[in-house]
Amino acid sequence: MLVSLYRYNPEVDAKPRMQDYDVELPAGKDLMVLDVLELLKRQDPSIAYRRSCREGVCGSDGMNISGTNGLACITPVSAAVRGGKLVLRPLPGLPVIRDLVVDMTVFYKQFEKVQPFLINNTPAPAIERLQSPEDREKLDGLYECILCACCSTNCPSFWWNPEKFIGPAGLLQAYRFLADSRDTATDARLANLEDPFSVFRCRGIMNCVAVCPKGLNPTRAIGHIRSMLMQRAT
Amino acid sequence: MVTNVTSFGRSGLYDWVVQRLTAVYLGIYFVGLLGYLVTTPEVTFDTWHALFSATWMRVASLAALVAICAHAWVGLWTVTTDYLTTDLLGSKATVIRLAFQATCVIVMFIYLVWGIQILWGV
Repeated sequence: MLVSLYRYNPEVDAKPRMQDYDVELPAGKDLMVLDVLELLKRQDPSIAYRRSCREGVCGSDGMNISGTNGLACITPVSAAVRGGKLVLRPLPGLPVIRDLVVDMTVFYKQFEKVQPFLINNTPAPAIERLQSPEDREKLDGLYECILCACCSTNCPSFWWNPEKFIGPAGLLQAYRFLADSRDTATDARLANLEDPFSVFRCRGIMNCVAVCPKGLNPTRAIGHIRSMLMQRAT
Repeated sequence: MVTNVTSFGRSGLYDWVVQRLTAVYLGIYFVGLLGYLVTTPEVTFDTWHALFSATWMRVASLAALVAICAHAWVGLWTVTTDYLTTDLLGSKATVIRLAFQATCVIVMFIYLVWGIQILWGV
């Protein structure tokens, strides 16, 4: 199988290039894209990419696979090959450090902005802060995010304003804490989101929903944030 | 919180509400106008003149004009802050963006005043 790989080493290369590799795939087996990368790495040890758990939990190997963002470890080659060719590029919109490794600083900065931790200044109870099963249910579809950045780097609004628009991943987490019955900073959190960029740069394109490897729905969470902002202001 | 001084209400929520409400109003206005054109057997200068001579139609049309200006401003402001940025245009971006935004405001203002003149000059 032919694999077209994005190669760029800023210390040596003037500009990025696509390099073609021929990979012998074992017959009768549908490998994952990450397995193909491991085979490639045996051919050419200079190839750089991030990986860790190889089962879609750590979120390290988010990349652009034949035009669609996804996790290499849980994307089958059969689903990613277009016309007998597999094209691998780094996540779009972020600075490339080398080959498929991107600099995620701006992504984490946006995540940090939403204060992704429980804020509750009331005295802590002896054992734990209790939550009803119904309230706990509200966090389903929010807490599962693994911060792989597939969604935010697929969002045009994030491409144009990565420093100002929080992006789908950050906003999903923002809502995860807005929806938490144990959190008491709801008003302060909402006040930080009301400006024209943080939330409202979302134009409902829904690229985030289309690519999330965990099947989450950031657009819906953003809609809930907008409703909360409306309720607070009217 | 990201600060900004050129957006309509300096609040994303305000801009968002304005854009949606004006969209609904413009939808109703133009569907209504279309309904008039479809249901009127023969549209002549006289029927058209009579329609726009009515005060309620003038008020509705002026509201539509104001709605278009507000709607267009929110939309164009968003476009300018997406595409006329330092990332894409370099150090001159702020001057270009401000100049374009000012042009939009001036054009909208001219259209508004001109529109009022037309509506009440019928």
